[in-house]
Amino acid sequence: MTDSLLTISNLDIALPEGSERTLAVENLSVDLAPGETLCIVGESGSGKSLTARALMGLLPAPHVKVSRGAIDFCGEDLTQVSERRLREIRGSEISMVFQEPMTALNPVMTIGSQIDEIFRFHANMSAQQRRQRAVELLDSVQLPDPKQIVSAYPHELSGGQRQRAMIAMALALEPKILIADEPTTALDVTTQAQILKLISDMQAVHKTGVLFITHDFGVVADIADRVAVMQYGRVVETGTVDKVLNHPEHPYTQALIASVPSLTPRAARTRSDDIAIETEKLHKTFGGGRSFFGLGPPNRVVHAVKDVTVELRRGETLGIVGESGSGKSTLARCMIRLLDSDSGKIMIDGTNLRTLERAQMRPWRSKIQMVFQDPFASLNPRIKVGQIIAQGPMIQGASREEAEARTRELLGIVGLDERAFNRYPHEFSGGQRQRIGIARALALNPEILVADEPVSALDVSIQAQILKLLDEIRERMNLSMLFITHDLRVAAQVCDRLAVMRYGEIVETGATSDIFDEPQHSYTRDLLAAVPGQNWDRQTTV
Amino acid sequence: MSTKSSDSYVDIMEAGKSTLVHMPAPKKKKLLWSAGPPDHVGEKLALIECASILLIGISSCTIAEAAAAGYYGGRTDDILMRITEVFQTIPSFVFAILLVAIMKPSIDSIVVAITVVSWPGVARLVRGEFLALKNREFVQACHTLGMSDRRIMLAEILPNCLSPIIVIGSLMVATAILIESGLAFLGLGDPNIMSWGFQIGAGRTMLRSAWWICTFPGIAILITVLAINLVGEGLNDALNPRLRERN
Repeated sequence: MTDSLLTISNLDIALPEGSERTLAVENLSVDLAPGETLCIVGESGSGKSLTARALMGLLPAPHVKVSRGAIDFCGEDLTQVSERRLREIRGSEISMVFQEPMTALNPVMTIGSQIDEIFRFHANMSAQQRRQRAVELLDSVQLPDPKQIVSAYPHELSGGQRQRAMIAMALALEPKILIADEPTTALDVTTQAQILKLISDMQAVHKTGVLFITHDFGVVADIADRVAVMQYGRVVETGTVDKVLNHPEHPYTQALIASVPSLTPRAARTRSDDIAIETEKLHKTFGGGRSFFGLGPPNRVVHAVKDVTVELRRGETLGIVGESGSGKSTLARCMIRLLDSDSGKIMIDGTNLRTLERAQMRPWRSKIQMVFQDPFASLNPRIKVGQIIAQGPMIQGASREEAEARTRELLGIVGLDERAFNRYPHEFSGGQRQRIGIARALALNPEILVADEPVSALDVSIQAQILKLLDEIRERMNLSMLFITHDLRVAAQVCDRLAVMRYGEIVETGATSDIFDEPQHSYTRDLLAAVPGQNWDRQTTV
Repeated sequence: MSTKSSDSYVDIMEAGKSTLVHMPAPKKKKLLWSAGPPDHVGEKLALIECASILLIGISSCTIAEAAAAGYYGGRTDDILMRITEVFQTIPSFVFAILLVAIMKPSIDSIVVAITVVSWPGVARLVRGEFLALKNREFVQACHTLGMSDRRIMLAEILPNCLSPIIVIGSLMVATAILIESGLAFLGLGDPNIMSWGFQIGAGRTMLRSAWWICTFPGIAILITVLAINLVGEGLNDALNPRLRERN
């Protein structure tokens, strides 16, 4: 293409010797035109982020380097230019927005001075002009009160505001190319929608070519013009967004798209009359303590859970959805008595668990178990897998032989090889670790399973497998499940009923299909409207 | 120049025995050998043994104290850490000198002084590790299984902070040797036991005519401290299942 801004041809990126594969990226060829959005989609480890870093000349040298191919940017080969020229290009002609807005901004510098730095390095402007321009920029990314934000530190802004500031910095010198590496992954869904809109607005004004890296097909459907799908460092399919999403040709793309959960809720099952667990006006606050000698004002009090009343019927899956900070995890931790709540009741079989002492609580532990979010943090790295699973039954009084026999059986149930018994957690992938976490929770034959975002740290194809496993297990063991998630797509596929939380309160409960079809509360409507890729979903389901 | 001044210095500290300052010059050569001959080896070993038993004892108390502080947090943490800070605010070497001077120089008093000044660093480290680890999801999972606090601390959290404890432990042994040398150099060592620091202190006055008296014990201290650090690092690698896998 003659009018293309960027042409990557036959790019290979070599990994250091002894890595899993020799090339992180193999024979990659893509191009990008002005004003176009190219999405690079792939699961973790597919090489998409390294591609972006190669463009900026930010590969972790000397171990990882471009071993073949060319990156042609307006007639210059970025793999050949000098370090000095690269520095000029970075920020002024190609700029980048990172995933984690908290770590990408320097916490000890004000937003204003960080924007100022860019102008100092790349443009010849007086201090007065620079400041003026910084305010304009922050205004253009729709930050409220830009004059104040110029002198604010990153921690004073919310995640979405920080990401806006990052975009303002990236666009400060009107670059020809904006590389966005999962810019919305760390954000809530409503914020994500705003940021995506902002990026496409800015793109329309400046005719920027956007290289957007993501793993979320919903986001792809919303913003991409063209899509490149990557697997194990290779591009397996490229094409227009319509072609790739609706008529995928490569089996890997087909499998990926098939594992994206649909927004159409699955059919609800008949509801039992038995209540497995219920809370009544459960309340939990954080903070409010005083200093050592009781001097000074008390700390700020945060009401994480406010008078929440929910009930979980036997055999049903209740989804608790909400954005970060809505108190959904706190609620779950209170119900399982990981946190002590301040007032209210937690009832199982007519007993109020909230007031039980630790020793009294122990026999109840086997009734209610939890699956955690982070498969890497939830298993003790120093203990063998068999031990991790077997220790639950042993604490509850089973003999070692019984516990180990049960462990081997459970490993089979969650789809792991029996040899896993004598291995350490770090030898397993994220999905396998989550299976181990599920096996640990099942080891006590619980009646209630609390799953706290069990799939949000996993790739979409693994996510589908784990959801399927949870569903099978729930069926097989007749579990009641409390499923906490921020992902409405997942909720639609897993939950019979939903409770929507905001600021520690439940704003709406109801059957999943009712909430999706006729949301009553305005917040629920906002949440549903912000789910990316809705138009695409309707096309595929109709 | 300084036979007289060092004499009075040692007298002031009430520690210098005549063995050091009034020893006839020709005999000093013997000092070089004093770490070697059989009759001294036993004493040296006794010193090491006594020191290590006390160190292990105090370290376990320290770790237990710090673990409790980090794990329970709140008031427990406040109180235990304020006590730790009291010890930390006093410069460690000065404190060690003070303790030995009060208790009279002997192996026991030196070992006590060294342990008293070295435990707060470990305590703070262990507390920090516990503070960070106690909210990890695997620890919470243990709570949901109904595990007791003691077992969570000993079997779940402690193995995960072993690496930093071993590293700081080996550094601490090295520092202990240095403090002992320092004390002995100032004439506060046990007069019946010849330590490297004591030899350096004794040879100091002869530095220009017999440089080797100070030099070789000094090199010996350097190599020992370095070796202990390396052992610590090796232990750290060996105890970490992830690293063991990699090799």
